[in-house]
Amino acid sequence: MSKTLFDKVWDAHVIRNVDGGRSVLYIDRHYIHEVTSPVAFLGLKKRGLKVFRPERTTATPDHNIPTLNQHLPIADAESRNQVEMLVNNCKEQGITLYDLNNPKQGIVHVIGPETGLTRPGMTIVCGDSHTSTHGAFGAVAFGIGTSEVEMVFASQCILQPKPKTMRITVNGTLGKGVVAKDIVLYIISRISASGGTGYFIEFAGSAIRSLSMEGRMTVCNMSIECGARGGMIAPDETTFAYMKGRSEAPEGEEWEKAMKYWKTLYSDEDARFDKEYVFEASDIQPMITYGTNPGMGMAIDASIPSSAELSGSDKISFKKSLDYMGFEEGEKLLGKKIDYVFVGSCTNGRIEDFRAFAKMVEGRKKAEGVTVWLVPGSKAVEKMAYDEGLVDILKEAGFEFRQPGCSACLAMNADKVPAGKYCVSTSNRNFEGRQGPGARTLLAGPLVAAAAAVTGVITDPRSLL
Amino acid sequence: MAIPKFEKLSSSAVPLNIENIDTDQIIPARFLKAVERKGFGDNLFRDWRYDKENRKISDFPLNDSRYSGKILVAAKNFGCGSSREHAAWSIFDYGFRVVVSSFFADIFKNNALNNGLLPVMVSEGFLQKMFARIAKDNSATFTVDIVSQTITIDATGEQEFFALDGYKKECLINGYDDVDYLVSLKPEIEKYEQSHIK
Repeated sequence: MSKTLFDKVWDAHVIRNVDGGRSVLYIDRHYIHEVTSPVAFLGLKKRGLKVFRPERTTATPDHNIPTLNQHLPIADAESRNQVEMLVNNCKEQGITLYDLNNPKQGIVHVIGPETGLTRPGMTIVCGDSHTSTHGAFGAVAFGIGTSEVEMVFASQCILQPKPKTMRITVNGTLGKGVVAKDIVLYIISRISASGGTGYFIEFAGSAIRSLSMEGRMTVCNMSIECGARGGMIAPDETTFAYMKGRSEAPEGEEWEKAMKYWKTLYSDEDARFDKEYVFEASDIQPMITYGTNPGMGMAIDASIPSSAELSGSDKISFKKSLDYMGFEEGEKLLGKKIDYVFVGSCTNGRIEDFRAFAKMVEGRKKAEGVTVWLVPGSKAVEKMAYDEGLVDILKEAGFEFRQPGCSACLAMNADKVPAGKYCVSTSNRNFEGRQGPGARTLLAGPLVAAAAAVTGVITDPRSLL
Repeated sequence: MAIPKFEKLSSSAVPLNIENIDTDQIIPARFLKAVERKGFGDNLFRDWRYDKENRKISDFPLNDSRYSGKILVAAKNFGCGSSREHAAWSIFDYGFRVVVSSFFADIFKNNALNNGLLPVMVSEGFLQKMFARIAKDNSATFTVDIVSQTITIDATGEQEFFALDGYKKECLINGYDDVDYLVSLKPEIEKYEQSHIK
């Protein structure tokens, strides 16, 4: 029978199906961080259990670590406590930890791929919704809750209902100044912030194929923002070339054996999906969001839509959202003054994002009155940015380059946007208060962020190319 | 270990007619620093319940004395966003046992079920009837029955069936939790590892 890529990977990991529609799914790789793991470790201890397969779990602190002076003890007592708990729990359970002083530390969804721990055909989970990022390699990767983290600790398995399948095809060639982030913001604006709920997405089509691994990760990362459990892309030569030689990737004979499996990972030609969407790359412009969910996005030169055709709770929610943002229906965002720019996160904190940002700001200066946080996704990204001379370009243009972590994406550390201020952010969520109580987030890609950082207003990056 | 048992509940409800309520609103990230599962109810909907000076915002439904009960009724796409289980913990800890909406985000739904908090998905029409009933009578009660998988507007007898997978239904009624079940499968898991993992 013909199968989708998702079905191939999922089915190969089902240990048994339970009456009532759930499967016992074996997990190949488990990533943990300091925020969603402590209660799971505690639960395990209360049951008198040890971690069943510690070698399949890898840990790193990322959510509430500072992005300056990481060599000093963490100032916030609660944050410090969480990180210390992670260190102790990992030591006790024999789990590999990339601690703050380790050159492999970084945001969990950045370091998994760059170390080669993330591989095609795997099942990968983490107590973090952006685990969907790893789907870029053809893995079935999705976020789980803390109870499920405990299940993986105890049994290397979780109980899951099988999601339905959706394919989103993006055909054609991307226009100048249009990047991976614009593709995914465009898709979410078209299918809504809940359009993918209940589904697992496969992204396909020539525009997706043309993306680098970094770009593919950006797209899969935001699958959760349309409600999907995850998103994945069939592995190809781009994937294999990225993986080859990574520190934890298979080598020699193991590599050959793995490649044999990886090359079977695609949707059969006549495989059926429960839902299909097809988009044209030429319809996609640089995108920006104007509201408080990632589905409220538009082309950067467009006007905020009107609520005239909405009714009931839809209308109430739309108006509430614009009120929070301080925007009016029908208004254009181009030329609006902004206060903050954040480049980083598991969505756009990879080397390619800083290359794009640096290229645009080279020879220009940071706009006055704008605070800009440039936060690499990992120690490896940080090192590359120094080695490639990007940091020199950034400094010359008046920018500061910080140390890796989740930072202002969710503002658990000190990197908080003040109430009422506007932040152009390359992260993944524009929810109320996400970047600090009262903060107003405009999601965009690294080029829109760079254009805003040097002009101080919302600017079409194509005008600066 | 067990989750709280749950078969049937009759209660008044708190209406929250807002769509796309994400888990950052349910429990903002700055309250995720605890290392134990304690006291999250105090910070449920923190930034909607309290203003910058920590004063209660009186017209927010949780602060409105007209509304009370163990059922939270919310507009569609409830629980989207972050996978933080703290969202389910805070709703439960505050005292709710049921959340009714016309659409739930997947991860939230799983998290709720794993903690004995029942997500009840009803049709948009039935949801609007519930909001209308509460508007008419703030202390209107509703009955949620897991065995028959029904929710009833007590005053009118209007009833709707809701979906619940058979496995989770049994877990809720008996207070079983998934870890016990999975650990009992260890021999099967080890067999899988030997035959499938290269």
